[in-house]
Amino acid sequence: MSGTVREPALAPDWELVVGLEVHVELSTASKLFCGCANRFGDAPNTNVCPVCLGLPGSLPVVNARAVDLAMRLGRALGCTVGGAVFARKNYFYPDMPKDYQISQYDQPTSIDGSLELPDGRRIGIERAHIEEDTGKTVHIGGGGRIHDADYALIDYNRAGVPLVEIVSRPEIRSAEQARSYVRELRGVLLATGVSDARMEEGSMRVDANVSVRPAGSDELRTRCEIKNLSSLRSLGRAVEHEARRHAALWSDGDQPRQETRHWDEANGRTTPGRSKEDADDYRYFQDPDLVPLAPDAATVAALDAALPRLPADRRSELAAACAAAGAAASPEAAALLVERGQDDLVAAALKAGADPAVTVTRMVNDLAVEDWSKVTAGGLAALVALETSGQVTATQAKQLMAAMAESGDAPEKIAERLGFEAMSGADLAVTVDEIIAGNADTWQRYLSGDEAERKKLAGFFTGQVMRATKGRADGAAVNRLLHERSARGAS
Amino acid sequence: MSVERASSLAAEVASGRRTARRVLEEHLARISARDAELGAFNLVLADEARVRADAVDAAVAAGEPAGPLAGVPVALKDNLCTRGVLTTCSSRMLQHWRPPYDATVVQRLRAAGAVIVGKTNLDEFAMGSSTENSAFGPTRNPHDVSRVPGGSSGGSAAAVAAGFAPLALGSDTGGSIRQPAALCGVVGLKPTYGRVSRYGLVAFASSLDQIGPIAANVTDAAVCFEAIAGHDPLDSTSLDAAVEPVTSGLRRGVDGLRVGLLAELCGDSARVKQAGLQSAGLAGVAPDVIDRLDAAADALEAAGATVGVVSAPSVVLGLSAYYLIAPAEASSNLARYDGVRYGQRVDAADAAEMNTESRTAGFGAEVKRRIMLGTYALSAGYYDAYYGKALRVRTLMLREFAAAYADVDVLLCPTAPTTAFELGAKTADPLLMYLNDVCTIPSNLTGHPAVSVPFGTGDDGLPVGVQLMGPALSEPLLMRTAAVLEDAAPAMAPAPAGVAE
Repeated sequence: MSGTVREPALAPDWELVVGLEVHVELSTASKLFCGCANRFGDAPNTNVCPVCLGLPGSLPVVNARAVDLAMRLGRALGCTVGGAVFARKNYFYPDMPKDYQISQYDQPTSIDGSLELPDGRRIGIERAHIEEDTGKTVHIGGGGRIHDADYALIDYNRAGVPLVEIVSRPEIRSAEQARSYVRELRGVLLATGVSDARMEEGSMRVDANVSVRPAGSDELRTRCEIKNLSSLRSLGRAVEHEARRHAALWSDGDQPRQETRHWDEANGRTTPGRSKEDADDYRYFQDPDLVPLAPDAATVAALDAALPRLPADRRSELAAACAAAGAAASPEAAALLVERGQDDLVAAALKAGADPAVTVTRMVNDLAVEDWSKVTAGGLAALVALETSGQVTATQAKQLMAAMAESGDAPEKIAERLGFEAMSGADLAVTVDEIIAGNADTWQRYLSGDEAERKKLAGFFTGQVMRATKGRADGAAVNRLLHERSARGAS
Repeated sequence: MSVERASSLAAEVASGRRTARRVLEEHLARISARDAELGAFNLVLADEARVRADAVDAAVAAGEPAGPLAGVPVALKDNLCTRGVLTTCSSRMLQHWRPPYDATVVQRLRAAGAVIVGKTNLDEFAMGSSTENSAFGPTRNPHDVSRVPGGSSGGSAAAVAAGFAPLALGSDTGGSIRQPAALCGVVGLKPTYGRVSRYGLVAFASSLDQIGPIAANVTDAAVCFEAIAGHDPLDSTSLDAAVEPVTSGLRRGVDGLRVGLLAELCGDSARVKQAGLQSAGLAGVAPDVIDRLDAAADALEAAGATVGVVSAPSVVLGLSAYYLIAPAEASSNLARYDGVRYGQRVDAADAAEMNTESRTAGFGAEVKRRIMLGTYALSAGYYDAYYGKALRVRTLMLREFAAAYADVDVLLCPTAPTTAFELGAKTADPLLMYLNDVCTIPSNLTGHPAVSVPFGTGDDGLPVGVQLMGPALSEPLLMRTAAVLEDAAPAMAPAPAGVAE
């Protein structure tokens, strides 16, 4: 992820062990157990009713669409999806209207799946269960911190919003892999339409269970749970920080306490929350207000039939398309193109005969735009052909790509409009000589300079040529000409 | 005082021979004559009821269909939500709470033409067997004001027995409709679990709670049951099956019916002794109650039924299982009374302390006792030994009852071990109080229907009720059997009407 602050690495004699619990809000129109709107950003306490406020006498009725989405996710993660039981998780908290959360405990909707990361590694999924979200507490006064606040206001709009919690096995071995796992999961959620998975809006929230062990061992040591990581950047930093903290403790002959910790983004460290030893006993039991879910085999088969192609499938299809065209795509490039949804476009362009390496490079580097819907496979193939045949330069190809995304016109037409017709070698030589003549002093410094100086001044001359030719010149050809002229000048 | 049938009242109102308003005023007069003494109502809705009665009369005058309960005054147990009207559960916690919605049963009663006259007293959150656990003071038995009316629907049973309303709704978690009906000499039906929507019933123990009618006679109970039963999409545990008619078959009799005395609850019955099963019996059912029970069995036999004895050994474990399952669910159901959103709040330094102070001030002793019991039963390390084992008893009991219903059509047993006891007699000893529920608990654990019907009086002249139990959805059969017992029952003096003011 760009912008990541590099943390010092964990010493090589320690291995990182991470399991992630990811909460995602399901993309339903209404809440999990009532008809209130499931919508982010409305005025506080406007999407509420007796059921999601937990008023005496109210009863939950499960949202069939939410169950459907949860099961769809389960199947997309390769889980066994079947009968499930809602259970009550009992604990007191002001933003939880019933002072128990309806969740699933010993019989969740989905168990035993896995998620394949772009590097090919599979991370096991232990379970994915349905539960309701809580309300939101806003602390007023004292800088918004819970202990110094004057009072608190509660917004119950989020109470009862359907969530799925996806619990991985502790099989993640690096901070980068943790981020990759979350990115990949997000891809699956978007592909299946299960959630919009927006970390910044809180519709996707990550808790990380972190421990370390001596490299090569397979023990599981005391773990800490870092709660509510709200960006990939925080996730990576928090995991790395926590791992180093554990390693330092063990190395000192001490050991971490099993506890919940919070990530302090500003100071780049985790701070203790409540200790697991004195944690609540949730007194789970089957919720008597709800009947068990019992999807039949036909329902699960129908879910499977309706599953879209998943990111991992699309990556391997893209890799196959590239291989068939004679070049390998890097896993990173394939992952990026699939994430942007541009893999089918690339595959179609390759099928139309485009050079795979140039196509992938052009797409990865020059089509990172919001709207690329006007770019067609034929257009892309034509653009790549112009570049590989030398009719346009790489610089011109980049400009053509941007213009194609904007107008949707064929690249030949745009090239003509912009005067991108191939510049002949003779024309270019004339221009280069003109530039040398107009900057005689600089040319002398170029001729007499050391390698660093020559490199710097070559950039200057190339820039001048580019300006004079409005970018039509091929940078490599300019360099070649400069070399020739300097060899001549020196002789 | 003579109690009129709700069904004939409705017919008179619907035909215009009598106005709903006049019917209401007669009942309001009885309430004002005697409820200060009895304490059946937490709230009498005289003004609202008059508006409603006038609307019924206007509808009749306009020739609109009037409904099977047209103009019939109905009393509601005060744990049933009524839109904009205090619903207290007889708890300080909800003393000032007005729900923003009506319970499904309240909507259905209105749709049937009923006129809600008030909200009746109960043991706080329906936890108790004498209505002495009400935060607003006890209700007294109309037949003898030194005695309890039973509970927890004591206010509803007393209201019907005193003629304050021909019909009342109660809720039954471990016998809370049937036991007070027996002690007050009226009919009380606990329907099959899921037959009547629980939406708007303030939960005590969700897997056991069921709303049902309390009435002066079997016919009225049947009419009321038909009005409130049926599927409700707002209650996930509501049954989707069609409601079989009950009233139309009430007079079919019991010829050929196979009746079983449940040995575990009738140990001292002559028939049980003859069958050699008396050792299975639980101690504590009074001889005069057993005597009435034997007479009821004789009456059914005389009407053409065969009476045998069956055994379901797990019944002796029922009380223990119930007092783990019900408090466990209650401990969770009552967590929401935390002072945050509604109800009693005692301000304190932080949220946790506010929760504790509010609950300490808002709940009475019995509610606290059950919350603690249930919290303990569900705790890590104790779940399997207590709650888990109680669930296994429940499964076992279902199996044994299924086996019993292969041999008999209905089961017969007492409703309560004794007639109405004196106020204060059992308040010092919770376990003694819990024993009142021993005969009624099995049907809550199995989810099966059961009805208590008066059958004469005990040695003290107070009403005795006998209980009929049947398999799931057997209400038509139970009520037709109850009708035979009603016809055969010895005459009983009605409760005094009080002095008109």
